[in-house]
Amino acid sequence: MGIAAPKLITRGVPVANTPFSDCPSGAEVLIQCLEREGVEYIFGLSGGAAIPIFDALVDSTIKLILVRHEQGATHMADGYARATGKPGVVLVTSGPGATNTVTGMLTAQMDSAPVVVIAGQTLSSNLGKDAFQEADVTGITYPVVKHSTLVRDPEAIPRIVREAFHLATTGRPGPVLIDVPKDVSEAPCTASLEAEVDLPGYTVPGHAESASLDAAAALIRRSRRPVLYVGHGAVIANAGKAVMTLAEKLRAPLVNTLLGKGATDETHPLHLGMLGMHGTAYANKAVDACDLILSIGARWDDRITGKVDEFCVDAMKIHIDVDASEFNKVLRPDVCLLGDARLTVEDLIPRVEALDTDEWLSVCTAWRQRFPLKYPKKGGLRAQHVLDRLDSLTEGNAIITSDVGQHQMWAAQFCRTRSNRHWITSGGAGTMGFGFPSAIGAQFAHPDKEVWAVVGDGGFQMTLCELATAAVHEVGVKVLIINNNYLGMVRQWQQLFWENRLSGVDLEGNPDFVKLAEAYGVKGIRIRRPGDVDRKLQEARDHDGPVVVVAEVAKEDNVFPMIPAGAPISNMIIEPPKERMEKPSGST
Amino acid sequence: MAAPETSDAPAPRREIHTISLYVANRPGVLVRVALVFARRGYNIESLVVSPAAEGDFSRMTITCSGDLATLEQMIKQLSKLVDVVHATDHTGDASYESEIALVKVAANLDARTEILQIAEHFGAKVVDYGTDSLILRVFGASDKLDAFIDLLRPQGLLELVRSGKILMARGLEET
Repeated sequence: MGIAAPKLITRGVPVANTPFSDCPSGAEVLIQCLEREGVEYIFGLSGGAAIPIFDALVDSTIKLILVRHEQGATHMADGYARATGKPGVVLVTSGPGATNTVTGMLTAQMDSAPVVVIAGQTLSSNLGKDAFQEADVTGITYPVVKHSTLVRDPEAIPRIVREAFHLATTGRPGPVLIDVPKDVSEAPCTASLEAEVDLPGYTVPGHAESASLDAAAALIRRSRRPVLYVGHGAVIANAGKAVMTLAEKLRAPLVNTLLGKGATDETHPLHLGMLGMHGTAYANKAVDACDLILSIGARWDDRITGKVDEFCVDAMKIHIDVDASEFNKVLRPDVCLLGDARLTVEDLIPRVEALDTDEWLSVCTAWRQRFPLKYPKKGGLRAQHVLDRLDSLTEGNAIITSDVGQHQMWAAQFCRTRSNRHWITSGGAGTMGFGFPSAIGAQFAHPDKEVWAVVGDGGFQMTLCELATAAVHEVGVKVLIINNNYLGMVRQWQQLFWENRLSGVDLEGNPDFVKLAEAYGVKGIRIRRPGDVDRKLQEARDHDGPVVVVAEVAKEDNVFPMIPAGAPISNMIIEPPKERMEKPSGST
Repeated sequence: MAAPETSDAPAPRREIHTISLYVANRPGVLVRVALVFARRGYNIESLVVSPAAEGDFSRMTITCSGDLATLEQMIKQLSKLVDVVHATDHTGDASYESEIALVKVAANLDARTEILQIAEHFGAKVVDYGTDSLILRVFGASDKLDAFIDLLRPQGLLELVRSGKILMARGLEET
């Protein structure tokens, strides 16, 4: 990484009458370790138990971004991480400060995002005594982290930090928590910053075994109707180029998952777009009819398979994953390839040849023509129209983040992602409130890029306090609120499957989002009419600084296509249904 | 799963699995392991943790019962834990296994002779000889201990403490 040899800095109040008075503190060593890891930004919110660490930041090259709520800090770090592949770092205090990061850690864990959370903790001697702002944060977070450490010994800090970054970024990435009691961060620390990782139980898969590669290639050679099913693993491993080479060599169509958007160019002629519950009809039809499906870093999520027993019943299945525990979890593939997605696809390419897919590709093309994504042109302003125009105006050059709900699915459908790390969304956890802060993080990572946060009126209100963060740091994020004054996705389910008995979905009392933005010193723009969309979006694009665009869209629009949860792909609804539908059997 | 009511056949014996883990001796590793079982609805029947031959490692021998279909998945989830070096299912293999039990039985004069005969047959040793009770210590495979305890039950089993099964792969195979 080309980091200059570190020098120990001694600062702050000297500890009187101790032999360590010229030693740096644990907190200072911690920050020096972060500098060595190449950390540019820390997203954080201070508090009593973390004061020593915040103090050590005063003289650091690392820029502290003070947030307004710790959840926002975790999503900013996550957005930064997903936009770059580099770990995002969070610093919070003990107790509620740390518990406010739990949702963010779950989000990062479910979507394999490298996030390092550093939490202050009460004094070691107070642990377990219900001290002020004490929470057993390592205990609370066990299920939502890749790993975590409660630091007991200041001398261990360099090793623990090195391990945290190694774990967060390698193999299947994920969040790592470092819990630092205040006495540990204040104690003198004589440890060298040169620390070795000591993780005997941790290995990172690289190349897949050649026998498995040969077996996979043999299956591929027999296929006439192949589909490459591309997931987040391909994004993380930067496998897009290799995947495209494979697709072109085989002449096989591609589909991607919600999180796989951007691994390969969605506008490529072989690309059928997103599959799954709200994927394109042609992607789902191709998956339903294929004779071979090759998962490249995708995990057969329930949003993809629907009814597992009827998913690709006659197709050969090959699964490439860096995480062995994903194999045979949902279904039993014919061949499993344990390895890095990019290396595995590269190893596969020389083993395969062009397939006879002429007929198959023409069938896929016919589906694409017969079942295009569409939306009603009448009935006022449509979210789909706004997002379609956003896609055209930005030409795929913008990084787009989303929140969770209808707007997320419309954005995934209509904003076709052209390049890697240009689409950021909370998929696995489905965390409302993710979209806006993650866009701030992405914008910090790429100050010269156009970054749009597509959010709903519900999710935006969960983390809107970060308008202050965006305003203070003049982060030029463009927020597009798809405002239908509803928790729209739940309303859609209630309409379609629950006899339109609406419960807990009407967001009566929404603020005037333009005035709200202005209250924070952020520019506000409202779109009411379809004819204004291009001009107002362009006005937002031209504005130097953060801007909130409120699209006042049709209240009761629904996302289609839709495969009801737990149903087979063949039950896909492409047009709005005329009759009442049965309640879906699937999870949610 | 209960047997049909009309059947006189005994309910099928629950399958007990024995899993051996080799783990780095780091704080929290036991909780992380236990959470994998809990999340997947597995019941831990016994759990033995002891220091391994080399420095900073421990051995865990866990017997558990639950849905067979999730066992493979659970082993992989255990192996995935950063502090777990390896996790192996030893169910049904030829490993050497052993357990120890302490059994306190009511032992008035009438019953004493029979209890001591049972104890002798199983190679159990009397480690506490009281006027009203005996403590017996017995070693061996877990099913042998089960049989011993079943025989003593009618005599008045007062207390029972079992160590949980420990196990080692035979020959040069790694446990």
